[in-house]
Amino acid sequence: MTTLATGVLRAPRRIGFDASKPVLLFCAAVLCVLIVLPLSWLLYYAFTDKKGAFTLVNFPRLVTDTAYFDPLLTTFVLAIFSSIICCAVAAPMGWLVARTDMPLRRAVRLLVTASFVTPPFIGAIAWELLAAPNSGLLNQLYRDLTGAEAGSHLLNIYSFPGVVFVISCYTFPYVFVLVANALDRTPGDLEDASAILGASMPYTAWRVTIPLALPALVAGALVAFLEAMTQFGTPAILAMPAGFHTMTTKIWSLFQFPPKPDLAAAASLPLLVLTVVLLRAQHMVLGRRGYAVVGGKNSEPRLVQLGGYKWLALLLSLLVLMCPVFLPYFALLNASFSKLASHIVSFNNFTFQNIRFVFTELSATQIAIKNTFILGALAATLGTVLALVIGYVTARKAIVGHRILAFLASAPLAIPGIVLGVGLFFSYTRPPFVLYGTLWILLIAYITLSMPAAYQQMQSAFRAVHPELEDASRILGATQLRALWQITAPLLRTSVIATWCFIFVSVVRELSAAIMLFTSQTKVLSVLIYDLNESGDLAAIAVLGVFMMIITSAVVGLANAFPALGARRTG
Amino acid sequence: MKNSTFTRRHVLAGSSALALGGVFSTRVLSAAPPASATTPELIAAAKKEGQVVWYTSIDLKLSERIGKAFEAKYPGIACKVERSGAERLLQRISQEYASNVHAVDVVNSSDASLLVYWKQQGMLAPYVPEDVAKYYPAEHKDPDGTYASFRVFLCIIAYNTNLVKKEEAPKSFADLLDPKWKGKIVKAHPGYSGTILTATYQISRDIGWGYFEKLAQQNIMQVQSAADPPKKIALGERPIMADGVEYLIFAEKEAGQPVEPVYATEGTPLIIGPNGLFKAAPNPNAARLFQNFCFSPECQQLCIDVGGLRSVHPQAKEHPGRTPLSKIKLMKDDAAAVLQHGEEIKARYVKIFHV
Repeated sequence: MTTLATGVLRAPRRIGFDASKPVLLFCAAVLCVLIVLPLSWLLYYAFTDKKGAFTLVNFPRLVTDTAYFDPLLTTFVLAIFSSIICCAVAAPMGWLVARTDMPLRRAVRLLVTASFVTPPFIGAIAWELLAAPNSGLLNQLYRDLTGAEAGSHLLNIYSFPGVVFVISCYTFPYVFVLVANALDRTPGDLEDASAILGASMPYTAWRVTIPLALPALVAGALVAFLEAMTQFGTPAILAMPAGFHTMTTKIWSLFQFPPKPDLAAAASLPLLVLTVVLLRAQHMVLGRRGYAVVGGKNSEPRLVQLGGYKWLALLLSLLVLMCPVFLPYFALLNASFSKLASHIVSFNNFTFQNIRFVFTELSATQIAIKNTFILGALAATLGTVLALVIGYVTARKAIVGHRILAFLASAPLAIPGIVLGVGLFFSYTRPPFVLYGTLWILLIAYITLSMPAAYQQMQSAFRAVHPELEDASRILGATQLRALWQITAPLLRTSVIATWCFIFVSVVRELSAAIMLFTSQTKVLSVLIYDLNESGDLAAIAVLGVFMMIITSAVVGLANAFPALGARRTG
Repeated sequence: MKNSTFTRRHVLAGSSALALGGVFSTRVLSAAPPASATTPELIAAAKKEGQVVWYTSIDLKLSERIGKAFEAKYPGIACKVERSGAERLLQRISQEYASNVHAVDVVNSSDASLLVYWKQQGMLAPYVPEDVAKYYPAEHKDPDGTYASFRVFLCIIAYNTNLVKKEEAPKSFADLLDPKWKGKIVKAHPGYSGTILTATYQISRDIGWGYFEKLAQQNIMQVQSAADPPKKIALGERPIMADGVEYLIFAEKEAGQPVEPVYATEGTPLIIGPNGLFKAAPNPNAARLFQNFCFSPECQQLCIDVGGLRSVHPQAKEHPGRTPLSKIKLMKDDAAAVLQHGEEIKARYVKIFHV
């Protein structure tokens, strides 16, 4: 018996070549180059003056000059409020969708995906159409219903609360997805055990379910905070008419001709430091508690019976979804077909001229659509593979220096997309890699920017899968890579598909880096829409926004529909 | 790539005198190449290239219209329009040229000082279309033949006739400072728009910066492009625009929207939008053909009729229903001065308006 066992153990080493280590090291190296290169340019510009000598003179200005300090403070407060609102809204909704018998759960999930698919700047423009103080549709309705006089309004989207509101609308899906996925994977036996021991439903939820979902919630809160902090599109559209800057719009203004990269680089370092602090805090909060719930033994999650409350829950969910989905898309569809965006479509107002303009007369449309979808698919595929490997490396501590990799994978979160765009611009416009003017520089930017979110997702997923399954496979002779490919990855199928879709959608809605790196031949849809907003062509934006939404929903819907690709066979 | 090359101060230090001399020079200094007509050889060579790339800050609908008119006249040659604010176009072209990306053939900017700047950098190719040589007045073309005034328009005050009665409407810049207009004005930004940069220069020269400081107290709605305020007042978002492009007001008014232009009593800023051709243009023959087309009477008439622009081509007729240029008090344009003071103007504006 013993000889048989050793015979089985020894054979693979002689026959096969263990490609695990080189592949893992290669992926780690790619990640390093992707992130360290622009980061190093950032540090170079922050710490040197015009002649190239080391200096700290850029930093005091950030604190003393109100033109820089005010936006910093504004951004910080904005991110805190957004993060709180996102968690407060997304966590209960995630629980309702994943763990209760609320009706139309799948529809609600789908609608949250729809709100994630919507680029935030489209949402901002749609909310402009709805809540601009004088021409906004909702304000017009308010004046009609209450008979208020012409100058008054109920909502003013051009304000700080307006910006917080719109950012929260389009950031809460991040938290929702993470929480819902985590709760999906929690098997029912833990809660069954709690019920058997006499705990009531709320007590079980508080002591068992929530702690199990905690890593996802904390990860989600972190992502929401940093996403809100580094958003460019929404503040660029809503904050300027309101008369204030956020850090990202300030940095953008520093690149107006002639550019001041040193100040911009210095301005983004506080954001980077903040990420490090938050990541450490996340590590301390989660501590060393094990969160593995998918072990060798598994069972279906038990749904909580809500009884009469389920219709109330559904109503509340739909009310929440009005803000990111129903109202904005109504406004966009209205603007697409109406002669004037502030008038509701009616028989004498209806026109196809906007659609005709966008698709036949606007010469940049075709090229923008083509570029966006090519880049989206490529970035999603490459990014998912990279996130999978890096997530594995850090969760299983597979190579030396995995902690540094974990930091690198999350670091781009704190770099505003626009500053990363600048770092990439300076990195790839000089020999040996002259990539400016090609799609490659945009591809690199997209993969780098979506890496943190993808990595967080894969990491949450890995944490939930206990190593014992892979260990079993390794004991039976598989290499590390084979165990990853044949055992772990299929278990993570839903997460892998979700990550692919995540990255694809992130690419389509990415504006802040693209705006630095595009040229007329490599224009993407987000930049086209930003240009159209600069000149006030709201109808064209509405048409493009609806179009983007339709195509991205189709792609995401397809990915989720096939069981082979990861749709759950139940529910 | 040299990182700090593109500071205007360096270039301006020695050459602003040259610019002043060059722009307003007499025929003695002129080194313009001979006029070029549209020949069948040029058309054939252009067709071989297949496209012309035009970077412009003209409002999108009009610029696409011009592109389509060119394509209709010369089938087989596509016109790719790249529309962006004038100051952003400067950023784009600087970035592209710094990385050796030569994508642009012809540029049109509402910031005439940029054409002076590019000429100083040696980026423009001298090329004089026949119409420019024959008909254009001397102050509207570069003596060295690198650019000429493709379009001329005004940066005006305007109001929404549904929200403001004619008697109450402002008639001058001073009227805009009346407290009753607080929170009711929309205005564009010189950091993004060449039109507004030029207008801000002219107003600050003729009326003074005090006007802007008082205007900043009026809670204005700040937008970026000069093409945006006309759209905002048509939407009814604000009743008054303090500046914005005249041609969109004409387009909207003639389409039945409730807007009305106002020509301020102190004078109205005059904006010149020249066209220039780049030396490193990827499609040089198509670019030349396009330039010839742009300055032809038919294109200029298209600009006037469809676009609401003004033209300095003597054969182009003013559109009925619009106040003719001769009857409006205009401020004088000065591209070289805008080039020299551009950065100061933008910085001072940002300081006053906080955005």
